[in-house]
Amino acid sequence: MTDLEAITRRAIDDWVDEPGALLPILHAIQDQLGYIPPSSVPRIARALNMTRADVHGVMSFYHEFRSEPAGRHVLQICGAEACQARGCRELEAHTQQRLGVGYHQTTLDGDITLEQVYCLGNCATGPSVRLDDRIIGRVTPQRMDRLLDGIATVPLTIQPAGGEG
Amino acid sequence: MTTVYVPRDTTALALEADAVAERLQTGAAHRGQPVDLVRNGSRGLFWLEPLVEVDTPDGRMAYGPVTPDDVPGLLDAGMLGGQPDHPLCQGLTESIPYLRDQQRLTFARTGVIDPVSLEDYRASGGWQGLEAALAMAPEAIVDAVTESGLRGRGGAAFPAGTKWRTVLEADPERPGSHWSGQKFIACNADEGDAGTFADRMLMEGDPYCLIEGMVIAGLAVGATRGFIYLRSEYPNAAGILNEALQRAESAGYLGESVCGSGRAFHLSVRLGAGAYICGEETSMLDSLEGKRGMVRVKPPLPAHRGLFGQPTVINNVLTLASVPFILREGARSYADYGMGRSRGTQPFQLAGNIARGGLVELAFGVTLRTLLEDFGGGTASGARMRAVQVGGPLGSYLPESHWDEPMDYEGFSEVGGMIGHGGIVVFDESVDMAAQARFAMHFCEDESCGKCTPCRIGAVRGVEVIDRIIANQERDTNLTLLDDLCETMEQGSLCAMGGMTPNPVRSALQHFPEDFQRPAPTAHAGGG
Ligand SMILES: Cc1cc2nc3c(=O)[nH]c(=O)nc-3n(C[C@H](O)[C@H](O)[C@H](O)COP(=O)(O)O)c2cc1C
Ligand code: SF4
Ligand code: FES
Repeated sequence: MTDLEAITRRAIDDWVDEPGALLPILHAIQDQLGYIPPSSVPRIARALNMTRADVHGVMSFYHEFRSEPAGRHVLQICGAEACQARGCRELEAHTQQRLGVGYHQTTLDGDITLEQVYCLGNCATGPSVRLDDRIIGRVTPQRMDRLLDGIATVPLTIQPAGGEG
Repeated sequence: MTTVYVPRDTTALALEADAVAERLQTGAAHRGQPVDLVRNGSRGLFWLEPLVEVDTPDGRMAYGPVTPDDVPGLLDAGMLGGQPDHPLCQGLTESIPYLRDQQRLTFARTGVIDPVSLEDYRASGGWQGLEAALAMAPEAIVDAVTESGLRGRGGAAFPAGTKWRTVLEADPERPGSHWSGQKFIACNADEGDAGTFADRMLMEGDPYCLIEGMVIAGLAVGATRGFIYLRSEYPNAAGILNEALQRAESAGYLGESVCGSGRAFHLSVRLGAGAYICGEETSMLDSLEGKRGMVRVKPPLPAHRGLFGQPTVINNVLTLASVPFILREGARSYADYGMGRSRGTQPFQLAGNIARGGLVELAFGVTLRTLLEDFGGGTASGARMRAVQVGGPLGSYLPESHWDEPMDYEGFSEVGGMIGHGGIVVFDESVDMAAQARFAMHFCEDESCGKCTPCRIGAVRGVEVIDRIIANQERDTNLTLLDDLCETMEQGSLCAMGGMTPNPVRSALQHFPEDFQRPAPTAHAGGG
């Protein structure tokens, strides 16, 4: 059994008896894999007595769920009003130019998936960004450059033989 | 050992509080002065974060905003002894005017205690509201909430007691249904409005207060199961809440027999997935049920047929977190604050381009100007303040001429304002109000649940029409078109998403028309 199947099965087993299990299952899978693999959709549908179309419908309704793998890091820039008032539009343009990608795209080296988010609850010290589970405030273009330099200089971890990427 | 506080609130962490805590601990140990480090919530004085506090015989001394590199200098200056001789010393925390001049009822404990410490919570009056409620009949609990005058803090300001009474009296029997007999408490912690963070601050700084409020709600209406629907953009709050839930359960405040009373209350956290509309209560219910977050037609009210078709109390975090105070201190103590039909306090949130951003809890009736100037200290950029959006993305943009109205629910709506969840977003004179109006339509386009045409299609048209106005194409025709479009959205939308998106658009046009009358750019007119 592949990792992917094991993760899907585990997520289903953990939640299937809980009411309204679909979102928690999708979250559990995406937390571990960075996305919801299309192959897990029929399994989820079967376990919850839903159609595949229902599961797809839910996945596409919510901005957060991805059906394609993300980069090693997910970088979200807040585009909501309080951050607009602190210059997030410039930050957004700067970041897209520096990374060479737009929203919902991943850099060629697979390092970063760039996304937009509406409010991280850090509205008094914006512009705010989220890098994976870390929220960072007062992000000027210069600070963004340092942040991105930090990611790029992290050496690639060498996987032990047989490990999965 | 000296006790030192370094917050673990998201905003403090976003400004390197973890690194500050680490430098402090190693630096202090190095000097042979090991400290007892408490990771508290935030006091809500965000411009001073990370705000480090040191216990002294006179009270807690405040130092902020502290960067990791400031730590050695602060230690040299005798911070651990509470010495004031450092430029970052703010004096005793409680005497900082911003905090001293507030009326903290709901946020009395946030930033003071260790958020997950049950001892801290109990020692600061925690669980006393619950203990009072356990000795009362359900009707009496509902009466207390009604008499306090508490209204919903999530946006619609509906009287909490009335909602609770409806659920108390609702019949949960649904022959044949798996959930027959069940009632629910659903806490709306989706906090989607830009410029708001009060729910987050409370959940990160005083999670037991929310838990206590929800257990009391359960006792009041006969619900044995609750959910906290938390936005997924709050990973730090999720971690703290889940830890608090586990501890509360181990200590017997949650579970089959709350405090040994034989009455059950089970509580769990569920995460949203990045959809603004899931803050609308019926859409939230669909999301909790594992569906797309589509807005439901009312009636039936959620109080009659809510989660899984069962009677459900839906309240905002702040509404529920106000309940322990009311049960502990009595309904009158709460109702003594406020004005008119707006009783108690409102946690206002100063955000955007503001010098002293943060949380200001005050009785209703304060003016916007007091908040913006006396508390907020003007803009962060130092430029002139030009527009203020109150009440979230569906709230109006208000110019300076509107900043002197006392803010209570009724009075403020007379001047076209909306208190909503209490968010106040400040813009300086560099703002382009046409761009803000365009964004309001764009946001609606992105976040509409898609159920009604005026909202789904209207928002797309709205962006196009505003683009043409900005580009100076057939201005008058397009202005009329925009007006018609707004009216269609207002009249034909099922919920406030479509129905109130015209607020920011119309107010921008009305108060800042000059921004819509720029000469046409020569190329790429209106692109983007
Ligand atoms: C588009 C939309 C978004 C909303 N977002 C939130 C939200 O994020 N949090 C919240 O508590 N209420 C939100 N509300 C209000 C809820 O529908 C509901 O009135 C509230 O949760 C009831 O709790 P309360 O009476 O304690 O305020 C929203 C309403 C609409 C129309
Ligand atoms: S107004 Fe918009 S968000 Fe509200 S129900 Fe209609 S389509 Fe959905
Ligand atoms: S508006 Fe950007 S963090 Fe809230």
